[in-house]
Amino acid sequence: MLKIDNLHARVAGKEILKGLSLETRAGEVHAIMGPNGAGKSTLGNVLAGRPGYEVTAGTVTFDGKDLLEMEPEARAAAGVFLAFQYPVEIPGVNNTYFLRAALNAQRKARGDTELDSMQFLKLVRGKVKEMGMTPELLNRAVNEGFSGGEKKRNEVFQMALLEPRLAILDETDSGLDIDALKQVAEGVNGLRSPERSFLVITHYQRLLDYIVPDFVHVLADGKIVESGDAQLARDLEAHGYAWVRERTPTEAHA
Amino acid sequence: MATQPGEVEAALSRRYDAGFVTDIETHSLPLGLDEGTIRALSALKEEPEWMTEWRLKAYRHWLTMRQPDWAHVKLAPIDFQAISYYAAPKKKPKSLDEVDPELLKTYDKLGVPLHERAKLAGVAVDAVFDSVSVATTAQGQLAKAGVIFCSMSEAIRTHGDLVRQYLGSVVPQGDNFFAALNSAVFSDGSFVFIPKGVRCPMELSTYFRINAGHTGQFERTLIIAEEDAVVSYLEGCTAPMRDENQLHAAVVELVALARANIKYSTVQNWYPGDENGKGGIYNFVTKRGECRGDDSRITWTQVETGSAITWKYPSCVLRGDRSVGEFHSVALTNHYQQADTGTKMVHIGRDTKSKIVSKGISAGRSQNSYRGLVKVEKGAVNARNHTRCDSILIGKRCGSHTFPYMEVKNPTAIVEHEATTSKISDDQLFYCRSRGIGEEDAVSMIVDGFCKQVFRELPMEFAVEAKKLLEVSLEGAIG
Repeated sequence: MLKIDNLHARVAGKEILKGLSLETRAGEVHAIMGPNGAGKSTLGNVLAGRPGYEVTAGTVTFDGKDLLEMEPEARAAAGVFLAFQYPVEIPGVNNTYFLRAALNAQRKARGDTELDSMQFLKLVRGKVKEMGMTPELLNRAVNEGFSGGEKKRNEVFQMALLEPRLAILDETDSGLDIDALKQVAEGVNGLRSPERSFLVITHYQRLLDYIVPDFVHVLADGKIVESGDAQLARDLEAHGYAWVRERTPTEAHA
Repeated sequence: MATQPGEVEAALSRRYDAGFVTDIETHSLPLGLDEGTIRALSALKEEPEWMTEWRLKAYRHWLTMRQPDWAHVKLAPIDFQAISYYAAPKKKPKSLDEVDPELLKTYDKLGVPLHERAKLAGVAVDAVFDSVSVATTAQGQLAKAGVIFCSMSEAIRTHGDLVRQYLGSVVPQGDNFFAALNSAVFSDGSFVFIPKGVRCPMELSTYFRINAGHTGQFERTLIIAEEDAVVSYLEGCTAPMRDENQLHAAVVELVALARANIKYSTVQNWYPGDENGKGGIYNFVTKRGECRGDDSRITWTQVETGSAITWKYPSCVLRGDRSVGEFHSVALTNHYQQADTGTKMVHIGRDTKSKIVSKGISAGRSQNSYRGLVKVEKGAVNARNHTRCDSILIGKRCGSHTFPYMEVKNPTAIVEHEATTSKISDDQLFYCRSRGIGEEDAVSMIVDGFCKQVFRELPMEFAVEAKKLLEVSLEGAIG
């Protein structure tokens, strides 16, 4: 589904990703772990097409298509979703309105018919119930005045509604207390399906106790230095990132 | 960017839908202005002697005045002798059935159907075309409620006493340069009178249209709400696309007696000029309301997207005790447009309150200024004002300015001012796009959210129109 090959990317003139390669297939959950500054969030942003993230070498294909050539909105329509580390507030813009505009823009781009207000309301109310959100959420402005936990849950809610094929979670666990973390994880687990692939970016193993990944990759200094299964995350938790660096000096992969 | 050059051009060319010209036979006065012009104008309108004299007095005063230059706008000198002060369709209809079909078509195209079958539900419309009112709908129904809603010309002939009593009582003839000019040469506009205790049964609306070239439009509107009366009034404005700058210098006066409530909303979409700043309307307007009676209320709501230059400050004189004045404004400028707009709140009575909410949006190379005065007179015990000015910038070449003035002469007054300036953040834009929403749609969504507080004040149907207008005006703002 997603194929990243030798990806190099710069932010503000500084090279952050230095030859990252990764492949995910439908139905798989991949966790990307790594110390601060390793390039985890850069990866998420490059995949979603954030302006200012400059790809200098390498390729990324999504279902065989060149993802890097696509505008952010086209990537969304193709099925890529980024749950933001810091979800953005849009004052005065009603959540329901925002979600409908997003869903219909994606449907339109895919050549599907757009949903009218009634059809959309039915759909969104169903999702609210399914995800255990408070219906009041729909009347509020996008992320405005939300607590940190509410913002993160709202990201997962948007994901549930937009039904992406590739969901990238950028440190969705950061700043959450254990209850909020469980709620977010439950939401994500409910969305796991054979057609959908996840890229779970996290600093801590804690989240992976609840969202158990099929693969764990350790990102250090802009590339993946070790890959394994869920056990790798637990080993990391026990030994720290220094342990990986000792085992696999980055030069070896250069 | 995703947008192709061709798409931008297409967007720009469709951005002003109201830019067409109606082919209709017009009777105009020759270019130029002197006492003879005013007498001719007054005679054409079959006005009584007192009105002619009133105009001449204003004209003589105007001759002693100079065009002000304090606004934060740049404009070429206006040649007042190169303007025709009167243009009107030749055929004079006696009733709606006799209105020239070309005119009806014009208003249909603008989305303001005048004929009985298609007219807007719950809204009475006065249609002003160049210098004259061509039709007023629903007059019969309003008359039953005791409401007078007609063109100013008709009011001068049929309700002369009321006009004479109130005209110039809020904005005197010599108030300012453009108000004096308007007092001398005003041609038409709307007159509204809501008698004591009457709640006007429908929205009243005037649709101003400039059609003829080389003419100025000088309309005069007067709204009087007697004790306990309630009225909501809305004006809309459009003009064809022309390379010349055309002058629109209107005066609007509102009078609210005790416990009366007047809500005045404007959706101003005069031709703004092209993307290089050529052409467009000079919109120099004096709007003022007086809360003359105790416990009265006047609310101004404006959505300003058009005009090459906008220069207006809808104001409230809070004379009655416990009277309330409100001003809600959205002013959007794009390309080379300039807007210097805001309000004046003059607190005279005790326990008077005013509220100002101004939202400025600047794009392209435009300049957008908020200018506001809050004045608390000595006797205005416990006066309260709250002002909030927010501006948003789109792109790097536009400007946004805030000029708040406060004069407080009573120590018990509380005057608060809050102001913010922000750019549409790249984060907000990317957030929307990452959810599938295209760049231009994302910008209009963010701007719409920014203006929500003001749009809420507009009558329902017009809030939708205002939102659409904002979207169209923003096309081509990104790139």
